[in-house]
Amino acid sequence: MFHRESGYFKTTYAADGGLYPLPIAKWTVGVLLVGFILLPTISTVVSGAVSAEYYVSVVNLILIAVVGALGLNILVGYTGQISIGHAGFMSVGAYTAANLAVKLDLPFWITLPAGGLMAAFIGVIVGIPSLRIKGLYLAIATLAAQLIIEWVINHTPAISGGSQASIEVPRPTVLGHPLKTQRELYYFLLFFAVLSIVATLNLVRSRIGRAFVAIRDQDIAAEIIGINIFRYKLTAFAISSFYAGVTGVLYTYYLGIANYENFLITTSIDYLAMIIIGGLGSVLGSILGAIFVTLLPIVIRLFMESFGTLLFSASDLNNIIPATRLGLFGLLIIVFLVVEPEGLNRLWRNIRNYFRVWPFSY
Amino acid sequence: MTRHLARLTAAAAGAILMSAGAAIAQPKEIVIGVQCDRTGATQTVGVFFCPAVHDYTNLINSKGGVEGRKIRAMEIDHEYKVPQGMEAYERHKKEGAVSILLYGTPHTQALAAKLAEDKIPGTSPGFGSAASADGKRYPYLFPIAATYWSQAAAAVKFVKDKLGGNLKGKKIAYLFYDNPAGKEPLPILEDLAKLEGFELKTFAVPAPGVEMGAQILDITQRYRADFVIAHLFGRSPSVSIKEFKRVGFPLSKVVSFVWGSAEADLQAAGGGAVAEGYNTMQFAGVGSDYPVHKQIRDMYQKEGKPAPKEMASTVYYNRGIFHIAVHIEAVRNALKAKGANANITGEDVKNGFEKVKGITLDGLMPPLEITPADHEGGGWVQIFTVKGGKLTKSSEWFRAYPEVIKKHIEADAKKS
Repeated sequence: MFHRESGYFKTTYAADGGLYPLPIAKWTVGVLLVGFILLPTISTVVSGAVSAEYYVSVVNLILIAVVGALGLNILVGYTGQISIGHAGFMSVGAYTAANLAVKLDLPFWITLPAGGLMAAFIGVIVGIPSLRIKGLYLAIATLAAQLIIEWVINHTPAISGGSQASIEVPRPTVLGHPLKTQRELYYFLLFFAVLSIVATLNLVRSRIGRAFVAIRDQDIAAEIIGINIFRYKLTAFAISSFYAGVTGVLYTYYLGIANYENFLITTSIDYLAMIIIGGLGSVLGSILGAIFVTLLPIVIRLFMESFGTLLFSASDLNNIIPATRLGLFGLLIIVFLVVEPEGLNRLWRNIRNYFRVWPFSY
Repeated sequence: MTRHLARLTAAAAGAILMSAGAAIAQPKEIVIGVQCDRTGATQTVGVFFCPAVHDYTNLINSKGGVEGRKIRAMEIDHEYKVPQGMEAYERHKKEGAVSILLYGTPHTQALAAKLAEDKIPGTSPGFGSAASADGKRYPYLFPIAATYWSQAAAAVKFVKDKLGGNLKGKKIAYLFYDNPAGKEPLPILEDLAKLEGFELKTFAVPAPGVEMGAQILDITQRYRADFVIAHLFGRSPSVSIKEFKRVGFPLSKVVSFVWGSAEADLQAAGGGAVAEGYNTMQFAGVGSDYPVHKQIRDMYQKEGKPAPKEMASTVYYNRGIFHIAVHIEAVRNALKAKGANANITGEDVKNGFEKVKGITLDGLMPPLEITPADHEGGGWVQIFTVKGGKLTKSSEWFRAYPEVIKKHIEADAKKS
C-alpha cells in the first residue's frame, strides 16, 4: 500500500519462486531484523530495565511457540496429516537434550540438533500409520503416540533422570558466557526462531514443499504424477517432529529444566489451536497464531486489571479475571473462525488487499 | 510476509503501552506474588486456596499491616500451564514482588534456577520436589511444609502406632497415582520397610486415576494388606474411598497423603458418612473454629458482607492461610532486620524466611522452624480422621524418621 507493486516483471520460474516477491521486501526484512535486534534496548529505554525484562520474557514465550507452530503447520497445514501428539515429540527433544547436556556435558549447539533428530526419528515411527490411515483415525494414532511417549519417559529412570522425572539443565553458554537474563535468552531464541522461519519459507517453495501440498490436496493424484507418497509423508513427519524436538529443547534451556508435565496433551491442543487460528498452510499464519494464543490471555488480564475495577470489587475480580480469560479466549476463537475460517493469515491478506488499491477501489 | 511482521510489532507495542499504565504501584506497599490455579487442572484446590490468601492478607492489612506496611497479594492465574507460570513470575518480578507463592510442581521446578538467579524466594508447600528442602542447594526455594518424603515417613510412623508399635512382618500397601509425584516417596518407603521390617507392595493407578477396581481388589483380597498408604490426586482419592467401601475394607486402615485429604474428596465419595474412619494427613489444621477464622468473619461483618463461602472447605482454605502467613512472617522478619520503612528486597525476605519460627495461629500452623539448612521447617504433619462425617483431629503435630530423610536429601545433592 505504501509502495508500488507494478513494473516488476518476472521472466523465469526461479524469479517467480523467489524468497523476496518484490525488491522492497529486502528492505522490510532488514528493517524488521534491526528492529528485533534492538527490541530489548528500545523497551528498556521506553519502560525501564525491570519492565523490559518482563516484556522480553513474553516475546521469548512467543518465539518458542513460533518454532513449534511452524513445525506443526508443516505437517497439518501443508501435508494434511493431523497430529495430536506433537507435545510428545517436544518432550522427546527436551529429554534427549537434557540427558546429553547433563550426562555428557555437551553444549547446546550439539544437544539442540540432537534433540531435534531424536524427535524426528520417533516422529517417523509414529508417522508410519499415516501411510494407511487418514483423518480422525490418524489423529487417534498420534494421540496414542503422545500417551506412549509420556508413559515411557515416566517409567524409564534412564531417560527421566532425577526425582519427579525432571532434569535440571545448565544454562546455554555462548563463548563461555552463560545466557541467564531474559534479554540474553531473547537473542538465543530469536536466532532459532528466525532460522526456523527462513527454513520453513524455503522448504515450502521447494520441491519437497510442493510435494507436501500435492499430497494434502489429493494423495492419489499426487502418486499418479510421480510423487513418492511413502517417502514424502514420512519426510513431513520427520521435519515436523524435528521442529517439535527443537521447540522442546528451547523450552528446556529457557526454563532450565526438562519436565514431561510441560508437554502434556493440553500443550498439543494449544499448538493445534495456534495453527488453526493463524491459518493452516501458511508461515505467517503460524507466527500470527503463536502470537495470538500466547498474548491473548495476557492482554485480557491486563485489560481486566486496568478496567475491571470499575465494575467489580477487588476480591470478585480475582475470580472474574481467570474466568473471563477462559471465556473470552474461547469466544474470540469462535468469532475469529466465523469471521474468517481460514485464520488470521487470511484476515490479514483481506485487509492488505483492501488497502492495496485504497482509496481508489475501482 | 515481512511487512506483516511490522504490524505484529505494532500490536506488541500496543500491548506494552497498555500494561505500562497498570504498572504504577504505591511506594510503601509490599508486593507478594501469588500464583494460582482457579481454572486449570487443579482448580478444585485453587478456588478455595486463593481466596484464603487474600482474606488473610486483608485481615493483616485491616489490622494495620506488617510493621505499619501494607501488603499487596498480587494474584495471577496460570491455569496450571508452565509458560503462563513463567509469564506470571516475570510479571510479579516487574511489579517488584519480594516473594512468590508458587503453585504446581512443574512450575516450581521450572522456576527453581530463576528464583536463585533473581534472588526472589518462592514457596512450594505440599508440592515441588522433596530434595528442595535442602536450603544449601536451593537457597531461594522453600517447601515450608512436609514434602512427600516427610509425608511418607510420617505415614509409616502413623501406621506403626496404629498397628501396636511394631511393624515386623506386617503388610503395607502403597497405592499411588502413577506419575513422578506419586513415585517420589518410594525410596523412603523402601528404606523404612527394611528398617522396620515390614513388607511393602506398591500398586500404581494410571492416569486419569478414576479406575482402580483391580488394584483395590488386589490389595484387599489377594495381598490382604494390614494397612494402606494412599497417595492420590484429583478425582482419584474419592474413587479409592468408594472402592474400599465397596469391597468392605475398613477405611480406618487407610491413610492418605495431603492431596487426598480434603472435604471435597469426601463429598465426591458420597459424603462424610461413607468415608467414616478414613485417615487424612494435613500440613495445616482443619476446621473453621480457629481464632483466625473468627477474625476473618468479623472483618467481613464490619464491611457488612457475609463470610466467604470458600471458608466451608476448610482443608484448602486453611492451607491458603498457612501459605500466606509464612510469607507475611518472613516479610515481618525482613522489616524487623532492616527497619520498618526500609526498601526490602527478595534477599532480605529470604533471610526472613530462614528465621521463621513459632507462628502457630493457635494450632492452625505446625511448629514450623525454618533454618538456612532446612527449608522444609521440620516436615510436620497432623492426622485428621473422619468421625461422624467430619474431619476430626486424631494426632498432634508430629514428624518421623528425620535421619532417613536427611540421608536421602544428602544423597540427592551428591547425585547432581
